[in-house]
Amino acid sequence: MMFGLSIRNQRAFASGTLFLGFAMFFYVVALGYPAGTAARMGPGYFPRLLAIVLAAIGLAVMLGAMKSTAECQPLRQWDWKGLAWVTGSVALFALLLFPAGLIGALFVLIMVSSKASAEFTWKGALANAAVLIALCLLVFVYGLGLRLPVWPSIFN
Amino acid sequence: MDLFHNLATGFSTAAQPANLLYAFFGCLLGTLIGVLPGLGPLATIAMLLPITYALPPESALIMLAGIYYGAQYGGSTTAIVVNLPGESSSVVTTIDGHQMAKQGRAGVALATAAIGSFFAGCVATLALAALAGPLAATALLFGPKEFFALMILGLILASVLSSGPFLEGIGMVVLGMLLSLVGTDLSSGTQRFAFGIPQLFDGLDFVPLAMGIFGFAEIVKNLEQDGKLSLVTQKIANLFPTRDDFRRMIPAMLRGTALGTLLGVLPGGGAVLSSFASYTLEKKLSKHPEQFGKGAIEGVAGPESANNAGAQTSFIPLLTLGVPSNVVMALIVGAMNIHNIQPGPEVMTKNPTLFWGLIVSMWLGNLMLLILNLPLVGLWVKLLTIPYRYLFPAIMVFCSIGVYSINSGTFEVYEAAVFCVFGYALIKLQLPAAPLLLGLVLGPAIEENFRRAMVLSRGDVSVLFTSPLSASLLAAAAIAVVLIMLPTIRTRRQEALQE
Repeated sequence: MMFGLSIRNQRAFASGTLFLGFAMFFYVVALGYPAGTAARMGPGYFPRLLAIVLAAIGLAVMLGAMKSTAECQPLRQWDWKGLAWVTGSVALFALLLFPAGLIGALFVLIMVSSKASAEFTWKGALANAAVLIALCLLVFVYGLGLRLPVWPSIFN
Repeated sequence: MDLFHNLATGFSTAAQPANLLYAFFGCLLGTLIGVLPGLGPLATIAMLLPITYALPPESALIMLAGIYYGAQYGGSTTAIVVNLPGESSSVVTTIDGHQMAKQGRAGVALATAAIGSFFAGCVATLALAALAGPLAATALLFGPKEFFALMILGLILASVLSSGPFLEGIGMVVLGMLLSLVGTDLSSGTQRFAFGIPQLFDGLDFVPLAMGIFGFAEIVKNLEQDGKLSLVTQKIANLFPTRDDFRRMIPAMLRGTALGTLLGVLPGGGAVLSSFASYTLEKKLSKHPEQFGKGAIEGVAGPESANNAGAQTSFIPLLTLGVPSNVVMALIVGAMNIHNIQPGPEVMTKNPTLFWGLIVSMWLGNLMLLILNLPLVGLWVKLLTIPYRYLFPAIMVFCSIGVYSINSGTFEVYEAAVFCVFGYALIKLQLPAAPLLLGLVLGPAIEENFRRAMVLSRGDVSVLFTSPLSASLLAAAAIAVVLIMLPTIRTRRQEALQE
């Protein structure tokens, strides 16, 4: 490639970029806190120190990925759909817990997350939801007595 | 004898009916999650942490410890019967254990694993009881700079021993430490990295983080190979090893136990490292190395003993020095924090019933596991017929309720969802998550000790290198770094840590 530079190890390069990105974020935010001196460190001293160390590591990892001896590793493909179903179902559970109660929130959590499986069937997921909701009520609400809103808030 | 007096104290705690019940429950749950692939002791302990709030501290820790070492037993069942590691420390057991199963000797392999684990568990319990006193006494001599040096050594070793390139492991440690800064700075009261969000004033809770990374993100990863996780099983017959089996497995068990006991103590060590090291050792020592990979009983007896011994002795650095040696121990710190117990040398003097009760419960737990595993093995194998598409929503339900119940609030659930995406990115980038969690847990203590050391020395960093104790700890850390950078060792390590 041009200038003889190429990213042979894409995986490592991305990892280094991740480190550098976090380091810069923490450094910039830490500038807002007083640093103090080594003998009397303020709240900003240690974060800046760590951010500099992380930035150095990030750069070293990125440079290592461009060395001519670096192993060739492409970036791996993401399963965006699976990630969206799983993460989305958790967020929906949090969103629905108070308005819809545990029963409603669990139902949505189980149905939505089940969609992430390649072997999804409506019948299977509904049966699974029925069993799991009953189990949770038994164990967490009646057994352990956790403070959970069971029914939708309109019933209260 | 002090030791016997202490063990008697422990017995009176561990043998209380309630505590026996919690130990049993922990072992049962541990076996269950060990058997089921895709759910490790980490996510389970994280899930149960909030629930232990209601229990007395002894019972809580006894149960959580039971989950950890119970998972080592259960993991071997899956490894042998279906050639899948139910738990990461059982990876090597799949090699020879499953070959034995193919030859119709699954029962013998399972019995070997259970007997080896039991023997190793007993020895490691004694080692824990014997070593704890002297180590805790040493720890009392430590000041801020020594603790700082010790934790640096621990984190370096943890990155050396984690999978993936060393530099990236260290990067994960530092990133974890940065994340640990979120919240109130104790010396000045300043809110750092909280952005005015009240739920962040107490810092990032590591339960949502661990759950996001090791629970939810792991599920997304497993789903990519969905279908392959549906498992077939076979009938288990004939549990009894022959005389020849015994002759071959006993020396392997002894060596595995010794190795596991030693390696478990190392920061970053524990069950996984021990089992790999033991397999390599057995293969080296064997007169018939060609049998390895084809059903050598030594390849089951050694690693299975080693991982159980390592799991148990990994409690030593936590209980005596206050330094968690692996991620599961980091979660145990969380459990102790819930009950206002500061892990470290004072646990033994301030909470003798807790300390010795926990140790004795480990021995009792191992006995329970032997009974749970041998006669009931058929039942566990049946569990493997549950398809993953029914299993993972259940895991998600338990994790979500567990996260919610930390503070009875939904903020932590959203947090876990965010860390699911972050954890998935780590999996795709092949970055190790264990050093991140250790950095997160040790970060506040490192900062505090560093700041105190610097106040005492009036900002002179050189004290870290002139005080003999901290200098030698830092020198050990430096040697570890130099060694790992040497080309020959680097390739050997890559081979050893290869899955």
